[in-house]
Amino acid sequence: MTEIWYGLTKAMELIISFDPEVMEIAARTLRIAGTSCLLASLISLPLASLIHFRRFHGKRVLINIIQTLFSVPTVIVGLFVFVLLSRAGPLGELGILFTPAAMVIGQMILITPILLGLTISALSGVSKEVVETATSLGASGFQLVLLVLREARYAVLAALILGFGRALSELGVAMMVGGNIRGFTRVMTTALSLATTRGELEMALALGIILLFLALVINIVLNRLQQRR
Amino acid sequence: MNSLSSMIEVADLTHSYGGKEILKGLNLSIARGEVFALIGPTGAGKTTLLRIIDLLETPGSGEIYFDGICVPRSGKQRLEIRRRMSFIHQKPQVFNSSVYDNVACGLRWRGEERDRIAEKVDGILETVGLEGYDSRDARTLSGGEAQRVALARALVLEPEVLLLDEPTANLDPVSTAKIEHLIGDVARRHNTTMIMATHDMAQGQQLADRIGVLIDGTLLQTGNATDIFRSPRNEEVAHFVGMENIIEGVVVANNEGIATVSVGSNPDGIGIQAVSNYPARQEVYACIRPEDITLAPMMHRSSARNSLQGRVARVASNGPLSRVQIDCGFRLVALVTRVSAEELNLQEGSEVYADFKATAVHIMERNASR
Ligand SMILES: Nc1ncnc2c1ncn2[C@@H]1O[C@H](COP(=O)(O)OP(=O)(O)O)[C@@H](O)[C@H]1O
Ligand SMILES: [Mg+2]
Repeated sequence: MTEIWYGLTKAMELIISFDPEVMEIAARTLRIAGTSCLLASLISLPLASLIHFRRFHGKRVLINIIQTLFSVPTVIVGLFVFVLLSRAGPLGELGILFTPAAMVIGQMILITPILLGLTISALSGVSKEVVETATSLGASGFQLVLLVLREARYAVLAALILGFGRALSELGVAMMVGGNIRGFTRVMTTALSLATTRGELEMALALGIILLFLALVINIVLNRLQQRR
Repeated sequence: MNSLSSMIEVADLTHSYGGKEILKGLNLSIARGEVFALIGPTGAGKTTLLRIIDLLETPGSGEIYFDGICVPRSGKQRLEIRRRMSFIHQKPQVFNSSVYDNVACGLRWRGEERDRIAEKVDGILETVGLEGYDSRDARTLSGGEAQRVALARALVLEPEVLLLDEPTANLDPVSTAKIEHLIGDVARRHNTTMIMATHDMAQGQQLADRIGVLIDGTLLQTGNATDIFRSPRNEEVAHFVGMENIIEGVVVANNEGIATVSVGSNPDGIGIQAVSNYPARQEVYACIRPEDITLAPMMHRSSARNSLQGRVARVASNGPLSRVQIDCGFRLVALVTRVSAEELNLQEGSEVYADFKATAVHIMERNASR
């Protein structure tokens, strides 16, 4: 017990003193997750709008599949991207395995279903009457999409933040296609895992506290957004 | 087809929802600058017709002509045509933004310049009495205010055609008066063509140049207010426009346009004088508006006037008026002021004479075609 107390105090020290290594890892984590989330949302918002506004066969099934993929295990995505990017794989030529780029690709694949699914349900939350009112006021198809996205902005933002949170806290992809290379692909989850196995309790706890803190911030922001609607 | 002179024309329009025919072959032509009221009971198809005219819906069959253009069933031209109209939906829907943004959106979508938008929006907010509301969150407005935002949002576009779906349903009398005043003003000043669905006959009468009665998906009658309210074409229209007394009878004689109609159940019948050209033996309905009947303690002798003896069956007070049911061999309802009901000391069983002019009786053929 005293050991844990000691670890905790040390961890707080690391955080409060802005320990360069901890800060560097935290910054990289935010950068990689942020990039993943940004790129995934660039794909997801238009795609979700398309799925929401178009009527087509198998729409229900597609949405069900997307929702099922919300909880795909990170190691499965890691494995998939690993095979994709490994030397013998179809994209092996790129030579980006064990780089931040590979991690971004993996995290994008991981969170795109969440962004898609939650954006679609956010858009569905905008009433048919609002859409028709805008149509009557002369909105073109594209203007209508923008309006609906705007009407659903809080729910859409909540979807993005949830996706960001998932990218931030996942371990499987970062470990398998990032490789936890110090100063290059090491992020909070991989660093925490390594520190724990190495017995560097204060480092692990410091990272853990920061991760928890970020989760808390994300949760507060989400709650705020859900109250706005 | 005079589609060139009319602003909106609807030809043989039918529409179904889930196999149920809602609009049954409508033909309607509305002139530029005309204010047309579409009246009819709930479920008649008024909203459906407006939605089709606003091109929100494509009809099952039939054509729509807008300013002489035959509207295509799909394609980009529909947006261009729709942008020449505004449709105020029954339940006002505000967007999740400020009042200013709500009112400005239609202009923005049309690519209007920023300065012009600001100018127009300020102007229209003043017109509808919402000056100073620019930055208010539109969703915090009251029902009447939201309806005025909806009106401002539609009017700021200076539409050639304004479609209104029960613009004052669910509003309090004060808000209703405001909205009605605004609508009347726009019609006068901008010569905007309007189609207004309402189940409030008085509103139709007050605001419209012409009224159409839509019942059960069929346009049963169009005409000016006097035509519709005085001379309904058939029983359904008569019922809807408040002809409470619809009495079965037979014309027994016609003397230079004054018909004597025998009504009531007793063999000889009771004779009612009515202005009508129907010949003898024609089976008819005699329709009398309850407010056209006056009550008197004794017989009134004059030509072209009816004075029927009867007994009061029921007196019910109805605001400043009293509804009096009289049994004079058939049931007759009269609407008199409460004061006169009291003066006459009307009570169940008391004897009265029901007076009405021959011109107050509208005669229509029984089994008239729809
Ligand atoms: N989207 C819809 N699906 C199925 N039935 C509908 C739909 N919209 C309207 N209806 C039906 O069409 C009929 C006419 O409706 P509506 O045009 O709204 O009448 P009104 O506006 O005169 O009250 C009603 O019986 C209504 O239930
Ligand atoms: Mg309606």
